[in-house]
Amino acid sequence: MNAIKIDVVSKQFPGTGQTVGHLVIENLNLFIGSQEFVCLVGPSGCGKTTLLNIIAGLDSDFEGEVFVGSAARKSKIGLVFQSPRLLPWRTVRQNIELVQERFENAELIDDLLDIMQLKAFQDVYPERLSLGMSRRVALIRAFAVNPDLLLMDEPFVSLDAPTARQVRDLLLLLWQKRPHTVLFVTHDLREAIALADRLVFLSGSPMGCVADIKVSIPRIDRNNESVIEAFRQQLIHEHPVIKQLI
Amino acid sequence: MLTLLLVWQGLAVNINSTILPGPLLVGEVFWKACITGQLTYHLGVTLLRLIVSFSISMLLGCAIGIVLGRNEKLDAFFDNWLMIFLNVPALVIIILCYVWFGLVESAAILAVVVNKVPSVIVTIREGARALDQDLMEMTRSYRLSKRRVLTEVIWPQLHPYVMGATRSGLALIWKIILVVELLGRSNGMGYQLHLFFQMFDVASILAYTIAFVGVIQLIELLILKPLDHHAMRWRR
Repeated sequence: MNAIKIDVVSKQFPGTGQTVGHLVIENLNLFIGSQEFVCLVGPSGCGKTTLLNIIAGLDSDFEGEVFVGSAARKSKIGLVFQSPRLLPWRTVRQNIELVQERFENAELIDDLLDIMQLKAFQDVYPERLSLGMSRRVALIRAFAVNPDLLLMDEPFVSLDAPTARQVRDLLLLLWQKRPHTVLFVTHDLREAIALADRLVFLSGSPMGCVADIKVSIPRIDRNNESVIEAFRQQLIHEHPVIKQLI
Repeated sequence: MLTLLLVWQGLAVNINSTILPGPLLVGEVFWKACITGQLTYHLGVTLLRLIVSFSISMLLGCAIGIVLGRNEKLDAFFDNWLMIFLNVPALVIIILCYVWFGLVESAAILAVVVNKVPSVIVTIREGARALDQDLMEMTRSYRLSKRRVLTEVIWPQLHPYVMGATRSGLALIWKIILVVELLGRSNGMGYQLHLFFQMFDVASILAYTIAFVGVIQLIELLILKPLDHHAMRWRR
């Protein structure tokens, strides 16, 4: 229903005058099942953001095909960027309301603000928020469209460990409340193991799929650091190829 | 302000001539002109022309400026045109408008608009080029409607540029309107000033100037400042 089929033959950034063009993605095939939580792991600069932009429909300048959802109904996409990208002239609540243009749902916003503990800040302008709070607002904004597909581009990068962990837990809570397909880009393997059903490892220039691994840890054990670490060691041991990617 | 008045008074007393009447005399003339309705009538006429031509210029200039700022091909094509219109002397445009369309009101308004629009376009185009691409990408990913993007995302980013165009625009339009009135209208401040010039009535010229400056101050204080204040509410 909300599966994604990615078949990118090639994606190139054109050269500008003196510089030659740069091949970012070559022969990437990926299938992501409906309501699956998949983490894309790869070194920074390998083209993960480019791939997300292609899936989100922001970038159509590539060879190949990407199917999101069914032909009959376009999937609603929630996109969380590396930076929060909030409008500074709108309050927290107005920022969230902005994306609900066609399906206003004040209750949903209230719920999300409650869960993210931002109720008290709903009338504050983003410049007064900390980065962690801004990231939570961006997360709420993505959930406020009731997405069928959530695309996240290193949304918790540069957060301190406790904050990142708190926001991760909130993300899982929201995902379990209302299941939908999630594609989560990160270069932090521990974070990926803690969140995903499935890990997809990507190599850089040009980008291709290196390994595709199911995470077998039950959801209730995901908060246990030692379980995550054990899985990580085992993973690196079994797949030496991913060592260079993380 | 008070020093200015004192210096003026001092000079006027020393020179003691009709080319520089003192502030008291000017005040008296000002008062008389107000009572007879002369000044208010002509100032009103000029203000009306100002509002009409200013609104048209800003609307046209903003629309074209946004389009050119967002579209490189169109921009490259019209860039030379813009430079030409930006640099044709105001007087030439005014004379041509009167010659081609006659000494009518619409020709006067048109002359002011043609003079003003290019500079609005240039300012707004600069703003439209500097729009935050990250935010534009965000609006596209959430599939916001064009209208929403324009009013909620583009317009607030253009605000400083619009205010800049407004302030410089008001100053420019005032000056051009007076010339337009002087050359081809039989009412308004420009026409009156021309009349006083012929009669060497410096006191009246100064009285009208004071009225003029007062109105501009009022516009700044009552309209532009509050607008600025409202637009800056989110800044730390």
